[in-house]
Amino acid sequence: MVTAAAVALEGVGKRFGEGPAAVQAVTGIDLTVAAGEFASLIGPSGCGKSTLLRIVANLIEPSEGSVLVNGKPASRARLDQDYGIAFQSAGLLEWRTVQGNVELPLGLHGVGKAQRREQALELLDLMGLADFASHRPSQLSGGMQQRVAIARALARRPALLLMDEPFGALDEMTRERMQSELIRICAETGAAVVFVTHSIPEAVFLSQRVVVMSPRPGRITEIIDVPLGARDEDVREAETFFATITDVREALRGRSPVAEEGPA
Amino acid sequence: MLVLALVLLAALWELYKLVIPADGVRIGDTLILPRSDDTSMPHLSQIFGAFGKQEVAGAGGTVLSSVISSVWYSLRLAAAGFAVGVVIGFLLALAMQRLRIVERALLPYVVLSQTVPLIALAPLVYGWSGNLTLFGLDWKPWMSVSAISAYLAFFPVAVGALRGLSSPPPVQTELLRCYAASWWQTLVRLRLPASVPYLIPALKLAAAAAVVGAIVAEISIGLSGGIGRLIISYAQQATGDPSRVYAPIIGAAVMGLVAVGGVSLLDVALRRYHTHQEGTW
Repeated sequence: MVTAAAVALEGVGKRFGEGPAAVQAVTGIDLTVAAGEFASLIGPSGCGKSTLLRIVANLIEPSEGSVLVNGKPASRARLDQDYGIAFQSAGLLEWRTVQGNVELPLGLHGVGKAQRREQALELLDLMGLADFASHRPSQLSGGMQQRVAIARALARRPALLLMDEPFGALDEMTRERMQSELIRICAETGAAVVFVTHSIPEAVFLSQRVVVMSPRPGRITEIIDVPLGARDEDVREAETFFATITDVREALRGRSPVAEEGPA
Repeated sequence: MLVLALVLLAALWELYKLVIPADGVRIGDTLILPRSDDTSMPHLSQIFGAFGKQEVAGAGGTVLSSVISSVWYSLRLAAAGFAVGVVIGFLLALAMQRLRIVERALLPYVVLSQTVPLIALAPLVYGWSGNLTLFGLDWKPWMSVSAISAYLAFFPVAVGALRGLSSPPPVQTELLRCYAASWWQTLVRLRLPASVPYLIPALKLAAAAAVVGAIVAEISIGLSGGIGRLIISYAQQATGDPSRVYAPIIGAAVMGLVAVGGVSLLDVALRRYHTHQEGTW
């Protein structure tokens, strides 16, 4: 049996509202993310990258096109808990401990208490939070809260991680450390990731492919392969890293005027 | 703090009696400051001494024992009203939270309900007694008092619970949706715990409102046995014994404190649901 793609979008579009006031958020999206692949969606505000992620998560229904997650319709995949999700704000429940927050998705699906505990502690260990299991979210820094949110997203051992600017609110140092940790965790869990960001270096550092989008209406303008090998800290100073950043930047600007020159 | 405030109040009362002349301060014929003679403002020792006096004509127990038994009677009526009011208020909030259309249809009437004067309502509700049978139970006059208590108590609960249940930010409600959590799971794991910081102050308001409702309803309906009736009957004896008037009023104040204090116990029990950004009230 061939492994189904983690995400397969075909001709996906989304309109908000109706009639002349309707806004076309995204249109004509074709995108396949293979199992285990790390793909970033990048583009200016209003290009529909978050909308696209929410369509994959089945938080909103597309107006047209087909959405398959792990080879199933998006709603089925949501009900089957095929993906884990993390947003820009950690959204931890204040009244639960760190461990209790990670256990939340497990408890909702009837995992027994002992197993919940074991799995949560294992994940917290993975995220380097083992010593904070019984802390309250308010006692943690922003970076640590976001790590708890990622541990929670991983709780059901999903084959797909959806992340909507999860490091957007963090300072640069924490951000880079979290990126390296995310790379490590993806390697350990083998999960595919769809990662929304508006930071070019972040997209390039993390991804195997960077999906460049443009606004009004939101659509994919280019998909750039990142020719980088194993990601370690040296990569951040490699030639190829900067070259790819330049490539993505130009794609975001709508490519060099040279490409647009032609017969007038 | 409460003790300090009480001491301060007592000191002010006695200071007023000491400084202001017995027949008050007048400019021309206009009374500027009220009289401070022993009929208008008895000494605190007299006020509290009144608790030890015998009920009418030496028969029965002391004033204190009648105040206590009246407070106990009214408190139970208020508690029944509070319980019913909390349940109704909470169910309304749930319905309004679940369906926006219910909120739009209902909320104006919920607010409107509180603008109807209580005094006008009480005799109407009283009229039910003898004419109404609920689940095989005849409507008794005390039920009218509790009904009015409930009528006042449900409002803060409905409004507070609605705000509380709607308080989780989108990131949390969407998260639960991503987990394919049912409406019930979302309620129990997210909305209810998140509503505690809004519910506690609402329940305190409801407790105080239930007490006020019970006292006013007792007076308006003329139900005997409670503190409302005692306030009236002692006030009618004011010419004979002015110090006695204050006894049931103090009793009513204590009753309100007991009611709100009861909710505070709940507050302590639910301390961990107080998120850090919400102040205590």
